[in-house]
Amino acid sequence: MKALVELYAQQFKTTMAAMFQYRASLLIWMIGQVLEPLVYLIVWSAVSNSAGGSVGSYTTRDFAGYFVVLMLVNQFSYTWIMYEFEYRIREGLLSFALLKPVHPIHSDIADNVSSKLLTLPAMLLIAIALAVAFQASISPQHWAVLVFIPVLLMAFIVRFLLEWTLALAAFWITRVSAINQTYFVLMLFLSGQIAPLTLLPYPVQILADLLPFRWIIGFPVELLLGKLSPVDALIGLGAQAAWLLIGFVLLRIVWKAGTKVYSAVGA
Amino acid sequence: MGIPNTPAVHIKGLRKVYVVSQQESGARAVLQGLVRRRTIEVPAVDGISFDLAPGEIVGFLGPNGAGKTTTLKMLAGLLHPTAGEVKVLGYIPWKRDKTFLRQITLVMGQRNQLIWDIPAIHSFELNRAIYRIPSGIYRSTLGELTELLELEPLLNKPVRNLSLGERMKCEIAAGLLHRPGMVFLDEPTIGLDVTMQRRIRSFIAEYNHRFGATVLLTSHYMADVEALCRRVVVIHHGKLLFDGDLSSLVQKFTDHKTIVVQLGDCQADLTEYGEVVSCVDGLVTLRVPRSETAQVTERLLADLPVIDLLVEDPPIEEVIERVFAQEKP
Repeated sequence: MKALVELYAQQFKTTMAAMFQYRASLLIWMIGQVLEPLVYLIVWSAVSNSAGGSVGSYTTRDFAGYFVVLMLVNQFSYTWIMYEFEYRIREGLLSFALLKPVHPIHSDIADNVSSKLLTLPAMLLIAIALAVAFQASISPQHWAVLVFIPVLLMAFIVRFLLEWTLALAAFWITRVSAINQTYFVLMLFLSGQIAPLTLLPYPVQILADLLPFRWIIGFPVELLLGKLSPVDALIGLGAQAAWLLIGFVLLRIVWKAGTKVYSAVGA
Repeated sequence: MGIPNTPAVHIKGLRKVYVVSQQESGARAVLQGLVRRRTIEVPAVDGISFDLAPGEIVGFLGPNGAGKTTTLKMLAGLLHPTAGEVKVLGYIPWKRDKTFLRQITLVMGQRNQLIWDIPAIHSFELNRAIYRIPSGIYRSTLGELTELLELEPLLNKPVRNLSLGERMKCEIAAGLLHRPGMVFLDEPTIGLDVTMQRRIRSFIAEYNHRFGATVLLTSHYMADVEALCRRVVVIHHGKLLFDGDLSSLVQKFTDHKTIVVQLGDCQADLTEYGEVVSCVDGLVTLRVPRSETAQVTERLLADLPVIDLLVEDPPIEEVIERVFAQEKP
């Protein structure tokens, strides 16, 4: 345990050193993280205004609140591992990782958490500025704020497990971008990234309930906006716990099978 | 490091067969390939056996595609053998037991493990945490490696700004910080200039001497092998061609010796003594059958105004070339 803490601390320093090297690309990446929800925010505000001030249960100010919180939730749970795995296998980096006496997922978790922590202050400032500028309405109950913290953490872990597992497709497929593309489209529609899920047709909502995406993004956002009842929150936490379990089991199975394939064909 | 007298590496009847998909040309073949891929089996390593004693430095030779890297990867636990026995330091490598991984290293001259955009010292520190090296031992090992490889000016420069040789020195240091008792080196001097090659060579000898580590080394530079390895293992087409002293390799695969005679000029015709390989400024190089060496030397000294004469084995490159030219031993 102590060794793992030390590994995480060291990875944090390394990530910081690396991020210092990529200041410009980091800035551009952050602009991207802000721009996407901002575009949806502006579109939905316009729609809402032209529809007389609200769409469904969302007022113009609710939309502002929704997309500002979404920006933070997305920033917190985002991973880039799916873009990296193919490269790692092709460049032989995975071989070096497999020769180390530590599971490679630890480096990825530590790297991810480190860079999140480092960009968090800036993202918070941007979120506050946007909330003020668009007069966002965010009015959660006290309990919802408390529950939001474990929910956000669960959202991150579930997304990390699923995307890490999906990234392992690179063991079998040389070009994984098609899989990534499909995943991101599903994520965009079924997580609530493009619009609050309650505004989508009923069958789509059912589908969203059954898949993990909603529990990663839409659920934490709605919780913090004060749109959920305690029962909804419990159901959401249950769904997150279920997906965490599924993700964990899948990761173990796929990792085992993948490393077996890797050690059969080499790299 | 294991029980004395047990080999550091033991392999017996080791095989690795790759299943490779075949792509044929022509529209029909391509369409068929979409449904069902034709595959063929390629044996990369085809039943080799040898043991390494603890503390030995052994040269592992063979032309490109002979199966050297595949063997090294099986020994390091990256590849699962198709058949045969493998044990390294008493462990079965492909199980990748953590205590096993802490005792080995694989340095590949053509692959990098250092983080590209930041100074090497960060990668070193990360390895310290990964291998759980106690800080006292880490400091002294880093100190020693820094001194032996002259790393001081390189440690704080981003890796991408290092020259190939500088980077290789850092790669080697990163691979040895945890003081592995088993070291696999795959072409550690590839692409380096002669001075850097020599430096890395003497470092490997020093590391082996200081830590009693077992070293298995592949290289295309015979100078590496001559300087470091008394014993060599030669493979070709995945099969073992030779395992023994470097000197007996020369004896086994060459039936010739080279006689270098210094004469006044190149006027004399020496073809009756042996095959004239070259003559530069009166320095004649002759190839003669091993069994006739003594007799030819005697005749040369009696018949010609010889200033100097030298009998030697042919250069190791030439021997290796001959070995590789053979299909089977």
